[in-house]
Amino acid sequence: MTPAPISIGCGAGFSGDRTDAAAPVVRTLIRRGGPAALIFETLAERTLATAQLARRADPERGYEPLLDLALTPVLGDCLQHGITIVGNFGAANPPAAARRIVGLARELGLRRPRVAVVSGDDLSGPAHRELLRDCLGGTLDEARFVCANAYQGAFEIAAAIRAGADVVVTGRVADPALTLGPALAHFGWQADDWNALAGATMAGHLLECGAQVTGGYFADPGVKDVPGMDDVGFPIAEIAFDGSCIVTKADGSGGLVDARTVKEQLLYEIHDPAAYFTPDVVADFSQAEVTELGPDCVRLSGVIGHPRTATLKTNVFFDGGWFGEGEISYAGPNAERRARLAMDIMRKRCGADMALRFDLIGLCSILGDDAGALMGALPAGLLEAPNRASDSSPSPIPNLRLPDARLPDVRLRVAGKHERVELIDRLLRELTALWTGGPAGGGGVRVAKRQRLSMRSCLVPREHAPAAFAFID
Amino acid sequence: MATLYDYAHARTGDKGNRVNISVIAHQAKHFDALVRELTPERVAALFAARRPSHVERYLLPKLAAMNFVIDDVLDGGVNDSLNLDMHGKSLSFHLLSLPIHIED
Repeated sequence: MTPAPISIGCGAGFSGDRTDAAAPVVRTLIRRGGPAALIFETLAERTLATAQLARRADPERGYEPLLDLALTPVLGDCLQHGITIVGNFGAANPPAAARRIVGLARELGLRRPRVAVVSGDDLSGPAHRELLRDCLGGTLDEARFVCANAYQGAFEIAAAIRAGADVVVTGRVADPALTLGPALAHFGWQADDWNALAGATMAGHLLECGAQVTGGYFADPGVKDVPGMDDVGFPIAEIAFDGSCIVTKADGSGGLVDARTVKEQLLYEIHDPAAYFTPDVVADFSQAEVTELGPDCVRLSGVIGHPRTATLKTNVFFDGGWFGEGEISYAGPNAERRARLAMDIMRKRCGADMALRFDLIGLCSILGDDAGALMGALPAGLLEAPNRASDSSPSPIPNLRLPDARLPDVRLRVAGKHERVELIDRLLRELTALWTGGPAGGGGVRVAKRQRLSMRSCLVPREHAPAAFAFID
Repeated sequence: MATLYDYAHARTGDKGNRVNISVIAHQAKHFDALVRELTPERVAALFAARRPSHVERYLLPKLAAMNFVIDDVLDGGVNDSLNLDMHGKSLSFHLLSLPIHIED
């Protein structure tokens, strides 16, 4: 007899995601019954490096800052109903996150959960430095090195669940492995059941960004309408023994699951659809089919799998100096000219320290490059000659010929990066000084700076980064 | 003038200094025409100001979709870019603004 499917819900799709999203998913899983799990994906590329810095500052930190807020609404229900929780919210410090979950359960008056930690991703220690240097092609800037983490797969997650884990805490694992893990534990697939592994991997890929498959990052009024966007339900995938899945969302919620939302998310952050590399399998969904079964109910089938590769992708982060940015607004008559004058002042006072990027928000921002060159395909006649004779110096941002030729509301943004924080601080002070020393009527100054982290990726032979799991004491 | 926006929807993803933009036909009957019109060369030209080093196109006929992978157009990517939209998330709608002609 074919085993019953497993329903896997998503409670978060990034660090900082809505903390009220998971509870309706869990209520739906309980109502529908059957085997179930809840995943939290909170670890973008940069998030982990930031967490590594936090752990260095405090050995009990370095895990997802919203862990308490995310788990408090659902931990009791999940423990009571046997819904396994799997999350990469361990970030740079999975043991500390696991201890916190045990502590949280105690504070909530719940039974003590069995919490497992998956390790093996963190290659930041000195023992791995030569390995990383080799894998990066022989060069590694030791002085600037911050951390290195390999993407681990689903098999240790599955082993922890089979050993009785209520909660599995990981650091860096491939995002879809959070879903493949509980599916693997449930079905007991062989390590070379490539098609099933690939199918469940793509189910995980659909789930891993939370609302992005249920109408988020999709809604376009009048063209792609989505109901109830203020209460978008998070997704649930019901995965079958053959690895195919049916995507739905939390009952009674807003949002939308249809063929369009599923297709968009299927291709999100994908290179070759015939070769999607994960630590567990190489998935091929180039011939996959997406079928609407009913309202908010879509089936993904026809994914096939190929053998996993011998290496694990590893992200290596380096100290990249500092980034600073600030903004100031001008409104009403002649706003654009005053914003351009402010830009000119900034260039003359700080342009020798570092390369600056300028945006005139409302006129040209996203579509310009750092030199102000616009990307093509603007409607004919919109672009004027690059500079007006009356401007005091050459401007990198082209003038646009807009209705009435006057923008009533322009916000200048200045951004720069430098090794030395002192120069970034000076840039931000100079921008702030536009309050009193810049063009007339400048308002709404905001400035911010942050440490930059540069990333290089490499492939590490698997045998040098074995994964393992252990229960927390 | 019709644009790609009339016939398709799209989504951007990013990895490092590379973006992918999926283009999905609203109606499967337009897919073949979109494949003819929306060549990698045209996409490269649209993003020329960002100096893409390579544009690759993958076709998914069963989904009436295609995937463009565009290398080195994020000014270094999320960790290095000075652009407000360091992920390039808004670029899908820039692609949808491309003028296009399809016989119905």
